[in-house]
Amino acid sequence: MQQVVQEIKNLSIGFTSKKGEQISILKNISTTINKGETVGIVGESGSGKSTLALAMMGYVKHGLFTISGECIYQSNDILKMKNRELENIRGRKIAMIPQNAGQSLTPNLKIGYQIDEALRLHTNFQKEDRDVKISELLNKVRLPSPETIAKRYPHELSGGQQQRVAVAMALAGSPDLLLLDEPTTGLDVTTQAHVLELLNFIAKDTGTSMVYVSHDLGAIAQVSDRVIVMYSGEIVLDGPVKTILKNPIHPYTYGLLKSIPKLTLSGLPNSMSGSQPQPGTIKEGCSFYDRCEFAEDKCKINSPELEFVSELNSSVRCFNHKKLHKKKDEDTKSSKKVLRKLTKNEILDISSVSISYAKQKFIEQLLNKIDDTNPTVKDINIKIDKGETLALVGESGSGKSTILKSIAGLIKAKDGIIKFDKNKILSNDLKKRDANYLRAIQLIFQNPDESLNPNHTVEEIVSQPLKLYFGLSGNELKQKIIEVLKKVRLGEFYLTRYPRQLSGGEKQRVAVARAFAAKPDIILCDEVTSALDVSVQAAVLNLLQELKVDFGTTYIFVSHDLAVVKAISDRVAVLYQGRLCEIGPSESVYKFPSHPYTEVLLGAVLEPDPDIKPKLVAEDIVEEKPPEKGCSFQGRCPRLLGQICKTDVPPWQIDENGNAIRCHIKINDLKNQQISN
Amino acid sequence: MLILVLKRILLGLITLFIVSLITFVGVEVLPGDACTTYLEREAYGAALEACYKRLGLDIPAYERYVSWAIGVIQGDFGYSLSGEMKINDVLGPRVKNSLVLASASILIGIPIALLLGIITALWRDKMPDIIISTFTIFSMTIPEFISATLLILIVAIWLEWLPGIVIVPTGASVSELLPNIILPVIAISMIMTAHMARMVRSSVIQVMASDYVQMAILKGVPYWKMVFKHVLPNALLPAINVVALTIAWLLGGVVVTEVVFNYPGLGRLVIESISNRDLPVVQALAIILASIYVIINLIADLLTLMLNPRLKSLQIKK
Repeated sequence: MQQVVQEIKNLSIGFTSKKGEQISILKNISTTINKGETVGIVGESGSGKSTLALAMMGYVKHGLFTISGECIYQSNDILKMKNRELENIRGRKIAMIPQNAGQSLTPNLKIGYQIDEALRLHTNFQKEDRDVKISELLNKVRLPSPETIAKRYPHELSGGQQQRVAVAMALAGSPDLLLLDEPTTGLDVTTQAHVLELLNFIAKDTGTSMVYVSHDLGAIAQVSDRVIVMYSGEIVLDGPVKTILKNPIHPYTYGLLKSIPKLTLSGLPNSMSGSQPQPGTIKEGCSFYDRCEFAEDKCKINSPELEFVSELNSSVRCFNHKKLHKKKDEDTKSSKKVLRKLTKNEILDISSVSISYAKQKFIEQLLNKIDDTNPTVKDINIKIDKGETLALVGESGSGKSTILKSIAGLIKAKDGIIKFDKNKILSNDLKKRDANYLRAIQLIFQNPDESLNPNHTVEEIVSQPLKLYFGLSGNELKQKIIEVLKKVRLGEFYLTRYPRQLSGGEKQRVAVARAFAAKPDIILCDEVTSALDVSVQAAVLNLLQELKVDFGTTYIFVSHDLAVVKAISDRVAVLYQGRLCEIGPSESVYKFPSHPYTEVLLGAVLEPDPDIKPKLVAEDIVEEKPPEKGCSFQGRCPRLLGQICKTDVPPWQIDENGNAIRCHIKINDLKNQQISN
Repeated sequence: MLILVLKRILLGLITLFIVSLITFVGVEVLPGDACTTYLEREAYGAALEACYKRLGLDIPAYERYVSWAIGVIQGDFGYSLSGEMKINDVLGPRVKNSLVLASASILIGIPIALLLGIITALWRDKMPDIIISTFTIFSMTIPEFISATLLILIVAIWLEWLPGIVIVPTGASVSELLPNIILPVIAISMIMTAHMARMVRSSVIQVMASDYVQMAILKGVPYWKMVFKHVLPNALLPAINVVALTIAWLLGGVVVTEVVFNYPGLGRLVIESISNRDLPVVQALAIILASIYVIINLIADLLTLMLNPRLKSLQIKK
């Protein structure tokens, strides 16, 4: 019998609605966390996973309350404890690593103080011993020069460093149980892979049990022994990580896994229709009924109970799970990859574009010039053909969004020319651009909550480009709006809705409709799916693909998610510190990431498969500014040649597949090195 | 840091210059002047001419402005038109009176405001918050002339505890003033405290809901320690600027309260000198009030800069 660290019994947490109804966010959760075990809790936003993790520490957010059930830690119910008792458990027995370390460290207190505070509260060390311990902890989470870090304020560290500090702080009290709430969300791919690797090391090293909450099945796959899948406040599936990810016997998990773009698959993932119900809307029956492809009549009336399936060592909440037992995922591979007719019909030509964020000095303002020898984005040359999807990828600070904004005219380029439709030069000043060019290039933003005016109805939002560019009005306008909405699969009844009445996926559809209403030639997509849940992301990607087939639109697609990029793009441009590293057809870039940076990036991608481990080839240092001279990637390159990389900008090399890289090492040597690794 | 201070001082001086110009032009374009007000019906012919000559109003406006500005730079505000007194002598006791009233209100009002704000935030939606918040919203919505009048009615007339209006001369000493200012201070504090307490409350609530406070709780930091170490330093930073504005507002004369209580402060002087068309006094007042705002805001900004590590390191980087 394994030692149990925490046992949750029939836990329900909820709130009282304005109408006085009691609405549950967590419904009858029962599970146990064993000693030394890492349990992944996965679910989309609103599934109640964070509420569950916080309840394990006896913390219930303002406005919520425990309806029933208990969280047993060392034979006491944490939820019934007084503050004094909780203070002795929190941080000492059970510690939390928060989602956004940058906001979870108190801004006015130095790092050293914040770790020292945890030590003072939970250990009996004297001052000198504590100072030694702080250095030890910072060393353990692999932060360079602990003494300096301890003297810094939180905002003086990078995101990855802040997350490490949070880990160090949690370890200060040597807890039995670590709760991690999306600890790597918001970090760059390479940083994320490093933090996960560190967490795995700590789990092994200290024997601490962990509860890892995340929406990201890729991260879950890397750290967990057991996975709990949550949907609409219920546990729908609970079992060993391999079983859950390789043989998901709950329809929701099955659909979720199919909707994740993976590096090992070509083409777009299958989407799942609909979205998670709002708390309190499901009165009877299975909460997944509306979206389930295996649903039967009884699912609508009866709620399935969690049922233990002994041959898979898993519990599942579904009447029909047997149908999924032997279902192989061959149909995941049948996803449609649209064959693109690659016409050599250039629509956009970006030549030698440089963009600087440097503040203009007074004289420069007068001369309308920017004098910056080391601009944020430098020397970008890309030609885009009509009907092509070009993806710009890179970590934060790589300049991918900046380039997008300068194409749209929102940021003035310092140097260089952007030509539209072969020979028409696009002015870098938005006000001087012809209305027709403004119409031709449309932008879809990352977060539809911010890009849609909350006081406009869907009708007003979509009507704007139609009125502005085509002068439509009256009945004609209305017909056109309905037609456009139909294209993004939104019915006529959406016309009078406000953005707040729509789900995340629907909002992004409206944003897509607004862009397409202008009949654009080029659509710039800025991280359009990163604010969306996985199942919704797949639907939006599929929609973009369909619209492209219908209208022959050209996309420039910015994303940090390499799997999404692989699914949708024809050609990929990899950027590091505002400089191009590699550009080429997607298939060959993903098959053979020639440039060392592309190799690092792709190696760090987390696949939702516990058997595929990320390869960590380079340190995840954060560079604030691009180097003045030489190759942009010199600071982190695992294949650094020598002095030449620091002095000379590498030349372009092209291989037989049309893959161009900027590196001093011969492209074939790079490939051979990778194969021999 | 030093450059920043110098920059701000320069900006302040420019502000003062613009303020002086605007008040000068403003009073100039108003119909009527000191002589017509002073002479009333006899304001015509030789008497008016003589009056203009005596007060120097026959000189063109721009020349008057220039000579006045030179005087101000040397610390001399010139002569008042109506009383024909040196303005420095007119202002001196008034500034002192306003200072006494303001400091008393600040010393009493601000600590109470902070305390109430923090209490209401920490006991949010519980009994202490409900009671105090009802009171603060109530005293915020009642205009000060009503609350002041009610105070006089209850405390001075019905209970006869304190003098209802200030009947000391303008040049009275501080000890003579003290019993008289109790009611005005209460009237001012009520509205000021209410505003600031609401501000502090929302600021503390916002910080209490932040991720780092949740983290501190989950770290096992005892409640009061968390409040003092993690919440208050961050919640009170934005309050500094509001406190500064309040202080400036108090020093600049709380016109309505001063009028109701007949208090000889700067606020009442503003009204008197405007109705007398006493241009030099109005100008002097404008400059003094503007300087108070500029100086206090500068102090508040520097304080915020020093206390906020985020801004501090930004400045050093530059």
